[in-house]
Amino acid sequence: MSNRITNILIPVISVLLGIIVGTIIMLVSGYDPVAGYSALWQGIFGEIYYVGETIRQVTPYILAGLAVAFAFRTGLFNIGVEGQLIVGWMAAVWVGIAFEDLPKIIHLPMAIIAAALAGAIWGFIPGLLKAKYRVHEVIVTIMMNYIALHVTNSIIRDVLTERSDRTDYIADSASLTSPFFESITDYSRLHWGIFIALACVFIMWFLLEKTTRGYELRSVGFNQHASQYAGMNVNGNIILSMVISGAFAGLAGAMEGLGTFGYASIKGGFTGVGFDGIAVALLGGNVAIGVVFAALLFGGLKVGALNMPLEAGIPHELVDIIIALIIFFVASGYMIRYLIQRFSKKGVK
Amino acid sequence: MGLMDILVILIPSTLLWASPLIFTALGGAFSERSGIVNIGLEGLMVIGAFSSIVFNITFADTFGSATPWVALLVAMVMGGLLAVLHAVASITFRADQVVSGVAINLLAIGLTLFLVKRIYGKGQTDIISEGFGKVDVPLLHKIPVIGDIFFSNTYWPPFVAILVSVIVWYVMFKTPFGLRLRSVGEHPMAADTMGINVTRMRYIGVIISGAFAGVGGGVYAQSISSDFSHATISGQGFMALAALIFGKWHPLGAMGAALFFGFAQSLSIIGSSIPLFENIPSVYLLIAPYVLTILALTGFIGRADAPKALGTPYVKGSR
Amino acid sequence: MDYVIEMLNIRKEFPGIVANDNITLQLKQGEIHALLGENGAGKSTLMNVLFGLYQPEQGEIRVKGKKVNITNPNIANDLGIGMVHQHFMLVDTFTVTENIILGREPKAGASVDIKKAEKDISDISEKYGLKVDPSAKISDISVGMQQRVEILKTLYRGADILIFDEPTAVLTPQEIKELIQIMKTLIKEGKSIILITHKLKEIMEVCDNVTVIRKGKGIGTVKVSDTNPDSLASLMVGREVTFKTDKTEATPAENVLEIRDLNVKDSRNVPVVKSLNLEVRAGEILGIAGVDGNGQTELIEAIAGLHKAQSGSVKLNGKEIVNLKPRKIYETGVGHIPQDRHKHGLVLDFPIGENMVLQTYYKKPFSKKGILNYKNIYDQARKLISEFDVRTPSEFTLARALSGGNQQKAIIGREIDRDPDLLIAAQPTRGLDVGAIEFIHKRLIEQRDNGKAVLLISFELDEIMNVSDRIAVIYEGQIVAVVNPKETTEQELGLLMAGSKGKGTGENANV
Repeated sequence: MSNRITNILIPVISVLLGIIVGTIIMLVSGYDPVAGYSALWQGIFGEIYYVGETIRQVTPYILAGLAVAFAFRTGLFNIGVEGQLIVGWMAAVWVGIAFEDLPKIIHLPMAIIAAALAGAIWGFIPGLLKAKYRVHEVIVTIMMNYIALHVTNSIIRDVLTERSDRTDYIADSASLTSPFFESITDYSRLHWGIFIALACVFIMWFLLEKTTRGYELRSVGFNQHASQYAGMNVNGNIILSMVISGAFAGLAGAMEGLGTFGYASIKGGFTGVGFDGIAVALLGGNVAIGVVFAALLFGGLKVGALNMPLEAGIPHELVDIIIALIIFFVASGYMIRYLIQRFSKKGVK
Repeated sequence: MGLMDILVILIPSTLLWASPLIFTALGGAFSERSGIVNIGLEGLMVIGAFSSIVFNITFADTFGSATPWVALLVAMVMGGLLAVLHAVASITFRADQVVSGVAINLLAIGLTLFLVKRIYGKGQTDIISEGFGKVDVPLLHKIPVIGDIFFSNTYWPPFVAILVSVIVWYVMFKTPFGLRLRSVGEHPMAADTMGINVTRMRYIGVIISGAFAGVGGGVYAQSISSDFSHATISGQGFMALAALIFGKWHPLGAMGAALFFGFAQSLSIIGSSIPLFENIPSVYLLIAPYVLTILALTGFIGRADAPKALGTPYVKGSR
Repeated sequence: MDYVIEMLNIRKEFPGIVANDNITLQLKQGEIHALLGENGAGKSTLMNVLFGLYQPEQGEIRVKGKKVNITNPNIANDLGIGMVHQHFMLVDTFTVTENIILGREPKAGASVDIKKAEKDISDISEKYGLKVDPSAKISDISVGMQQRVEILKTLYRGADILIFDEPTAVLTPQEIKELIQIMKTLIKEGKSIILITHKLKEIMEVCDNVTVIRKGKGIGTVKVSDTNPDSLASLMVGREVTFKTDKTEATPAENVLEIRDLNVKDSRNVPVVKSLNLEVRAGEILGIAGVDGNGQTELIEAIAGLHKAQSGSVKLNGKEIVNLKPRKIYETGVGHIPQDRHKHGLVLDFPIGENMVLQTYYKKPFSKKGILNYKNIYDQARKLISEFDVRTPSEFTLARALSGGNQQKAIIGREIDRDPDLLIAAQPTRGLDVGAIEFIHKRLIEQRDNGKAVLLISFELDEIMNVSDRIAVIYEGQIVAVVNPKETTEQELGLLMAGSKGKGTGENANV
């Protein structure tokens, strides 16, 4: 069986396995899986409002997924998307509330760029440490996540507000909200951000596949020694990759800060979008278009899950379990690939 | 408030906050020394915290004051069981160990909250009635000064944790088992040619890490949070991982780092009531463990070298 | 029947290939038995079957006349079979003692009894003349001592059948002598030895019998006293081989490469190239002879800009290139066939086609204003693939999927096509079969004949002797002699490589 088909089959099989195990869990804990899944379905497609909410949820998922996938293609594991997202969120809101009389055409891009920049800086640090000191980026980005959480909380409490848990709303001129989208989706929180996310999908694809820079990034990702031998700037590409990855993550934060919520607040824990981004990238095979499909699936599941307690009395955490299982299955692709080969061989005989 | 008064408050609190970190970091040492990255420590703590609380609430009447200790055993078993999943994925199925760890974390929080809602019909459990209360350590608390600071009005788990650290050090560096475990994490193929079953050793390492992290979660839940909700374990596992690295993958080093991180954590919480520290913004204390770990990795505070084969699956017969 | 080991009609398959096909090997008590074959002929696979790392599909193994089923190394150990691996199986951070006892630790209570272990090891090492320091860390001891530790590991486990896998590849001539002595002592003490090698001289020197395999098939067993190196070579390769490369007299012209007082430190900050001077002229192949680890790697990497030089000068056609960026050095006219083709030469997960522009992708016609032109890239790839006879299903096949010889041909094609004034070829034939070796030698000579300078580094003296027009001997980071291959002998080169200057006897060579 060709590699290409296997590469598509693995995520599909993983999703199916995730759903099967989800069914088993519902059965074992005394819930009705049919009711559960139809509630889930209804929660995604049942009303135009839900569709709007799904697309809204998909927006940061695409960007977080791109962030993880982009770093991955350069051989880096960016677990720090969560932290980069949080600082991006805060930076966007900061710019959003700091200016009041700017025209939208200046203010909105400024806020968006601030988010990308903040995320990029947060990605720059682990990139630099990796390039210069060979420190493993996984550990550093995990640590950076917590530093981001505490630092942004402290800034929101002591700089952006006077010991309040929440900032003011951003100025209209910095907002991504779209009355038009809201009106056609029965007043969901769908905003313009989805176009930014899709633009980034194109950027990632074009950059990696079509440019000499992308050739270098991919080369460094596969083999640093050969890249150095070939005369590429390995350290520069490592740092650049983390910076771009961080910028994508920061933009995901902007989607929340400028689109969905319009403010930033003190957080007790992480948003989870960054970690879900790992799942999105992985399921999407770390390619730009794959990320879109995976983000649609996970975004749909997350939003649809909220309907499960209402209609079927099933805790929405079931979907988190299913997502975690899907990650397990995709990550264990070696096993699935092995099984596919076994089966296809038997089929031939 | 004199120095003595500060120490009397600060030391027991430091020890209390450090003990879950110590247990979990020791667990991490078993996994990582065998060559398997364990980012799932957080999730393993979650399962430990959850199962200890549920057990505690359910059986407090049966076991009385022994309940938290029995609950720790339950947490240990549950942590070990969840770790089997990490072991299967990352050892047998050669999944990316970091990805598998992330999945463990997502799974643990999803599963436990699902079960809490299923069992109790709400998002968090009740408060337990039998936690790890304050005690005076027999005899030792009568020692002047030291007894007051270290052994009075304190808790049992930290002392167990410190004792266990020493045992883990002995096991890891003085016994055949420890030698084999470390060899598998450094050079699995060499170990294989010496007749050591690499897969088995790694399974053992990962499962022990789950058991220890389960205990860590159980200690945290029963002495600090006293109930279980989505926010019970928020970052403790990652901080334990930081302690492990800051302690250079050495059991006693990890214990030392965990004590230090415990100190920073307790200071960030009670510091505002202590004259010496009230002016330090708590954010510095909150981020100190993470910043220090990054600095340690960078080599500014002595070089930390990970086990050589950490993160690489072992495929028999390939070079 | 005094065979201690009999491997009868062994067949071992891997997905897609038959690594061992009907091979028989019989080892007598007290002999040194050579297993001879080209790289990739299946020697290691056969021995891994014997050692329990692989299970054969067919055939049987008998140990001391009894049929056995060796499913893991433990069983091999119990049967008295020990393996001295080519790539040492040692844990760097452990001590010598810890490495030896691993898996068979003597205990005192629950602890490892290190005292007893160290005493046992001293006893064995004395008995067989294997000098080691039991409490030293592996990372601190010499390669020769590491090999003795490997041997001690097998003896500690009571092995009386020892397999040596290409044991001389990493040793200095002196260490090789010591090793041969050790092997003779072992035989005297009642052990039997299988020596895996492709070096005919070693076989003639120490072995009693030799079993030859070719392309996975057993060719047969002959008595060493009944044969000679030439007939062994043709058995191994399957046709007449001369090992002499046809070439005309060189006509060297002006200096292309000039190295003056070059100093380089290795990654641990130890000086490894020390005030080195060297010239390579247009129209000649200069071979650098030396034992691995005498600064060759750092020297080439310093020339190519991959490793920082502390001081000194490297001039290419009179232009200073020392410590320039690799790309600048390539653009000045250097081609580089790297020592380790998997690590440096190729991005294995790129298609072979994209690998063909690894250093030139940023130039026209392969890209324009930062945008890649895949059509031109793959045109170039097709051209090189046909010119250099790279056997690949297509130019879109991942480099990983090609055989070693074809990967190397691709690299050589890529480097030669850039038409460099200086071509550095570092161990260009390592691990390849005779056909590929001949092809590569021919290409290097062609390059020379076109008036280019070629710098050849190899650890195989035969290759250096056959291909070079001049030979520079490197020892401890310095060129200690430059000799004419026609006027020198392997003995003389061996002595020079071991650091005994001039025509010394070798008795007082410093090791």
